[in-house]
Amino acid sequence: MTTTESPKHTITALVEDKPGVLNRVSSMFRRRGYNIASLAVGHSEIANLSRMTFVVEGDESTVEQVTKNLHKLVDVIKVSDVSIQNCVSRELALVRVRANVQTRSEIMQIVDIFRANIVDVAPDSLIIEVTGDEDKVDSLQNLLRSFGVLEVMRTGTIAMDRGLSDEQTDKDNSGSTHRMESGL
Amino acid sequence: MVCESLIREGVEVIFGIPGGAILPLYQTLPEYPKLRHILTRHEQGASHAADGYARATGRPGVAFATSGPGATNLVTGITTAFMDSVPMVIVTGQVGRSAIGSDAFQETDITGITLPITKHNYLVMTAEEIPAVINEAFHIASTGRPGPVLVDIPKDVFEEMGEFEYPEKMDLPGYKPTVHGHPNQIRKAAKLIEESERPVILAGHGVIISKAYDELMELAEKAQIPVVTTFLGIGSFPDDHFLSVGMPGMHGAAYASLAIDQADLLIALGMRFDDRITGDTSKFAVNSKKIHIDIDPSEIGKNIPVDVPIVGDLKLVLKVLNERVKPTTRVDWVQHVEDLKRDHPLMHERDTDELLPQHIIQQLSELTDGRAIIVTGVGQHQMWAAQHYTFKEQCSLISSGGAGTMGFEVPAAMGAQVGRPDKVVWSIAGDGGFQMTMSELATLAENKIPVKFAIMNNGFLGMVRQWQQIFYKKSYVATGYSGNPDFVKLADAFGIYGARVTEKSQVKSAILKAMEHDGPALIDFVVEQEENVYPMIPSATSVASMIEEPKPEEIRQ
Repeated sequence: MTTTESPKHTITALVEDKPGVLNRVSSMFRRRGYNIASLAVGHSEIANLSRMTFVVEGDESTVEQVTKNLHKLVDVIKVSDVSIQNCVSRELALVRVRANVQTRSEIMQIVDIFRANIVDVAPDSLIIEVTGDEDKVDSLQNLLRSFGVLEVMRTGTIAMDRGLSDEQTDKDNSGSTHRMESGL
Repeated sequence: MVCESLIREGVEVIFGIPGGAILPLYQTLPEYPKLRHILTRHEQGASHAADGYARATGRPGVAFATSGPGATNLVTGITTAFMDSVPMVIVTGQVGRSAIGSDAFQETDITGITLPITKHNYLVMTAEEIPAVINEAFHIASTGRPGPVLVDIPKDVFEEMGEFEYPEKMDLPGYKPTVHGHPNQIRKAAKLIEESERPVILAGHGVIISKAYDELMELAEKAQIPVVTTFLGIGSFPDDHFLSVGMPGMHGAAYASLAIDQADLLIALGMRFDDRITGDTSKFAVNSKKIHIDIDPSEIGKNIPVDVPIVGDLKLVLKVLNERVKPTTRVDWVQHVEDLKRDHPLMHERDTDELLPQHIIQQLSELTDGRAIIVTGVGQHQMWAAQHYTFKEQCSLISSGGAGTMGFEVPAAMGAQVGRPDKVVWSIAGDGGFQMTMSELATLAENKIPVKFAIMNNGFLGMVRQWQQIFYKKSYVATGYSGNPDFVKLADAFGIYGARVTEKSQVKSAILKAMEHDGPALIDFVVEQEENVYPMIPSATSVASMIEEPKPEEIRQ
């Protein structure tokens, strides 16, 4: 799915929803010199537990060390390496782009192709909301560049394995549809 | 609340210094006569003393300090303990809850500061959490791979009244160390051992922490495997055992480094392939397969690729492994390692009248029968202690291995002696490190803690000077002490026994006198100034670059 120059891995972690947990996690990344390409945090399906999604740059051994060191943090309950081939990964971005009477319709066409939305219209600009994997968001951003991208805000990737894991099959089967773009 | 919880955890001794924010806790101490508080002269002393206590007893050391500078003064001690996996619980006072974040007097974000140097830390915001937090702190500090845990408590939380209820079980869903090794992996390890012709065990601090002494001995003897010990692994296997091959690495014995290099199987037990052992990792032990057993999964594969990784508690893993390992004889290999020892002695005999630190340490070893607890600082004297003291007892070397903290030798020796009053504790110190923490001599005198100090006084930051000599053409920048104090007068000022030795002939009687003295004692050994530690493998190189013995012109300067 991803075709970037440096290998990227997606790791998710179930963590205690306590003050300072994000600091512990980011401090570990900083101290060990690991690169985070993106980081997204939000509530999980369990009360008092949050889920973090990291996109990490590095080779296999680096990712293995990241996983092990995440595990070592007392507030981290579970760490999963989300397989790239078999997962759904999404990111939400808001893009403010320069738009005038001449360019507006062209931009709207691009937005349509990307199944993105225009969420704000001003006389000389538009805000576009786009959801997709990292590549899709990158592509849209590139296409809009010629019009003048004024501001970009991206949530960072969140990811989930397709299908049920053995662990989940044991539990109840509810809640298998989800709207990813509203999670953050 | 705090004291009550400490009593439940079996705490007997606390090292610390009071101050404004922690005063409410201190004022409750008289109600708990079972808790012995030792007032140190500096918080760094308190944290190193708790560390020394923990290493000597295997139980978590406890230190108290107040907010702000009190807490930050602990930091070097916490780092030292963290690097060497030493269990410690530190309680610091914090400014009142409403003042947190306002840059109040003596406020500092100590949980933020110690985040990367503690195994875990807590800021406790209500009194009723205290028992559960202390309970968890001791559990986390002393299980799995041990380490320091800091508990920061605001002043008004100490004062808050609450129902004391000690938790019966802990709620730590994210903390479950793996203790049992995977049976398949253990089977593979046994097979590798069976197939190997030239195995070497590399025993680390984990053997001592896990108290796997007997299991290590059984494995070594049953399968006839020579045992090399890391610096902190000294004391995991008796130095006088015929299978003992000493310490390898930068300043290790040449025969130990060579044995590792020539081995076809390296069995690494509770160690972390530190750069002082491996040097250039791409050239380290390239001829061998590797079995690595450690309780911390993140240590496995971190520096060196491993063929058979086993995560678990060493004692439990070795028990299972020993059952699977078949008794073997490896006459040729064991004999070959013996030959290495003969052909590459630690120190070539020198007919000299100079007062050499190596000779002093050898004397100390003989006069204590290799059975004292040796605490050291960091530098040349530390390496000489590792090389020339014959450690016969379990867990008998206490030293800052990972962090390399100078000044550790004074307070850590104090903590070790408090924890083990039955033992003779010798602190082998450098004149540099000793001056960093010598204020604790007052604590020793006050509490009549009978530590004996052997200061290897060469008037230099010796190890740094050695590097300057070898790598910077003898340009001794900022390493010479031309104004050292008179250590004997200093001892006198602190009210402890002091003596000076300048001649080789005085060494034995001075050591004996210090040991006969009932109380702390100090010997100022004015040693040869420019003696170097050999062998030496320059950093980031390999055993092929080892400098084994001094060149003749270096002996005759």
